[in-house]
Amino acid sequence: MNTPWYKRVAEGLTRTREELTGQLNVLVGRGPDVDEGFWEELEDALIGADMGVPAVTEITDRLRASAARERLTDSHAVLELLTDEIAEELALASGDVFELSPVTVLVVGVNGTGKTTTIAKLANELQVRGRSVLLGSADTYRAAADEQLQVWAGRVGVPIVSRERGADPAAVAFDAIRRAREEDFDVTLVDTAGRLHTSRELMGELAKISRIVKRESLAPVRTLLVMDATTGQNGITQARQFDQALGVDGIVLTKLDGTAKGGVCVAIARELGLPIVRVGVGEALDDLKPFDPGDFARALTGAA
Amino acid sequence: MFDNLSDRLQGVMKKLTGRGRLSEAAVDAAMREVRLALREADVNFRVVKDFVARVRERAVGSDVMSSLTPGQAVVRVVHEELADLMGSTDSRLVLSSRMPAVVMLVGLQGSGKTTAAAKLANHLRKEGRRPLLIACDVYRPAAVDQLQTLGKELDIPVYAGEPGGDPVGIAQAGVKEAVGAARDVAIVDTAGRLHVDDALMDEARRIRDAVRPDQLLLVVDAMTGQDAVGVAEAFQERVDFDGVIITKLDGDARGGAALSVRAVTGKPIKFAGVGEKLDALEVFHPDRMARRILGMGDVLTLIEKAEEVFEEEQAEELEEKLKKSQFTLDDFLVQLGQLKKMGSMEQVLSMMPGAGGKALKGADVDEGALTRTEAIIQSMTLQERAKPSVINGSRRERIATGAGVSVYDVNQLLKQFAQVKKMLKQFATPGKKGRRMPRMPGGELPF
Repeated sequence: MNTPWYKRVAEGLTRTREELTGQLNVLVGRGPDVDEGFWEELEDALIGADMGVPAVTEITDRLRASAARERLTDSHAVLELLTDEIAEELALASGDVFELSPVTVLVVGVNGTGKTTTIAKLANELQVRGRSVLLGSADTYRAAADEQLQVWAGRVGVPIVSRERGADPAAVAFDAIRRAREEDFDVTLVDTAGRLHTSRELMGELAKISRIVKRESLAPVRTLLVMDATTGQNGITQARQFDQALGVDGIVLTKLDGTAKGGVCVAIARELGLPIVRVGVGEALDDLKPFDPGDFARALTGAA
Repeated sequence: MFDNLSDRLQGVMKKLTGRGRLSEAAVDAAMREVRLALREADVNFRVVKDFVARVRERAVGSDVMSSLTPGQAVVRVVHEELADLMGSTDSRLVLSSRMPAVVMLVGLQGSGKTTAAAKLANHLRKEGRRPLLIACDVYRPAAVDQLQTLGKELDIPVYAGEPGGDPVGIAQAGVKEAVGAARDVAIVDTAGRLHVDDALMDEARRIRDAVRPDQLLLVVDAMTGQDAVGVAEAFQERVDFDGVIITKLDGDARGGAALSVRAVTGKPIKFAGVGEKLDALEVFHPDRMARRILGMGDVLTLIEKAEEVFEEEQAEELEEKLKKSQFTLDDFLVQLGQLKKMGSMEQVLSMMPGAGGKALKGADVDEGALTRTEAIIQSMTLQERAKPSVINGSRRERIATGAGVSVYDVNQLLKQFAQVKKMLKQFATPGKKGRRMPRMPGGELPF
């Protein structure tokens, strides 16, 4: 990669930034006065970024207190403070799961968030980094999900373990883990069918897949939740339910190349302490980038 | 569906209806909570502002304040405004009589276009149409395979062009194919696209101009947040659309996206996707949905669903049996099967007045109970099903083993069946105790 990764992230987040900055600039454009109207519009802008009412209320309350204490009357200074607040919310004991090798990674999420595409991008990244990668195609439910992953496996040039549609996904996961063990793969990425976190039956099925993977894998097992950046406050419930059902280690935030602001990840970080490990910023294979809380916060508030 | 919003609003409304008089301050307090409830449900903040302002204006108006039950009057205002927000008219799909009528679907990646296309084809076939599916997503790997597989499952033909072909050409050829194959409606599935992707938005417009759809529908994920408004506005400006299919509404998404899209673009929500199965597509009725959100029940949809699965002949036969008190465990089994066809118990219950709300929250409707009951009955001999009185201790044990349940479960079922039968007897012989529906023993469901 010629451009440093943080620049690429910033590029991906440009639209996000422009949108929110657009709103925040209006705030700045109000003049430097920090009055009641300023706070109200700031709250609207942050809620418009999907950060959620409780997170926004708490952050702005804290900001108000700091602004009063430090006698900040300048809106620019307040926005600087806001950036720090958000970065702080996001700066968690992160630790990239892909520092581990060998490792088995189970990829889960609701329907349509981009699990299969994310797996292709991850496989590509890890392959470039010199790891041997095996894919487990355990989405045996969605029509042509396996064909989709097969195409990606071919493009990236990594082997894939699959069975016919309708097969027991836990059995596919089992096959993949066994092959990884026998042939000594560095990374095994297991794709699963999208499911709504409210379906008890399907969450039970996923917990079973997870149990089998954890029982059979010699390598440590990590679970990544793939979340669409356009997701609203429902994202918090999604993260909580998946975490409760099988334990989640990190989040991949996809489709950040649209106008969605992905602010829900701030709320998720606050409530569940789940780190964001990658962000998806485009359709190309190398459009999956590491996540940096500081950059993300700066991109959000335009304080860079 | 809309669960959290529904909970919150019902709470606010309850506080209001408990009062004989309503001060302006009380209305203001309620409106603050309504505003919060809508914001937390991902309704766009601009839409929330307008909505609350309208409700408040009407709520402090003279009609409401002078009403004998002002609380009820406010609830009515909220209901009306909510229905209005979701589209005040019934939003059926209007197709022209040309051959074929064309429906085109557009939307972001992962919103559920392909599944919605298949569900829509299935729905239209039920209405007596002969649909053809056209696969124009040449970008996502295996997207065409996906539609073909779904088509095969439904036994509905799918037209797919060459891989890597031109989507505009494929759409045109598909429509031509529909004419040749005497299919009277063509459903065009397109690739997912970001609303900021100029090239792909342009392509969508070219497909539209080529096939001139009767209905161009935007597919929106119910879980979308504030961005839904920006997306819908961009699609409206660049391609324009006639209505919305809201997908994944069977989760606990608060559905604010749906409300916002309709409010900002003025385009009605036509259908809602409510499950993984290919028949899980509901025609969207704004008024009924508003009633569900406010916990007022949606009996109309329930009746329609029942009509869809219960066959008339069977129903008549059953009525006859009920009159003669000949209702057997076998009949019960048939009933259970039909009940299952109506959707999950949770879905069915959410349509009942009062039932969808707090009363059953956390009651954990046990979907497995139905299946267990079926297993128990299926483990009985025909004689046992017709005449449960012959079931003695050893038979009970055999049945329990066969069904993989405990003898206790078998006993429970037999006891409940006896109670149901007794209840039905009362029901079938009016005059004796009046026509009043007797209370279900123990308040339990009969299974």
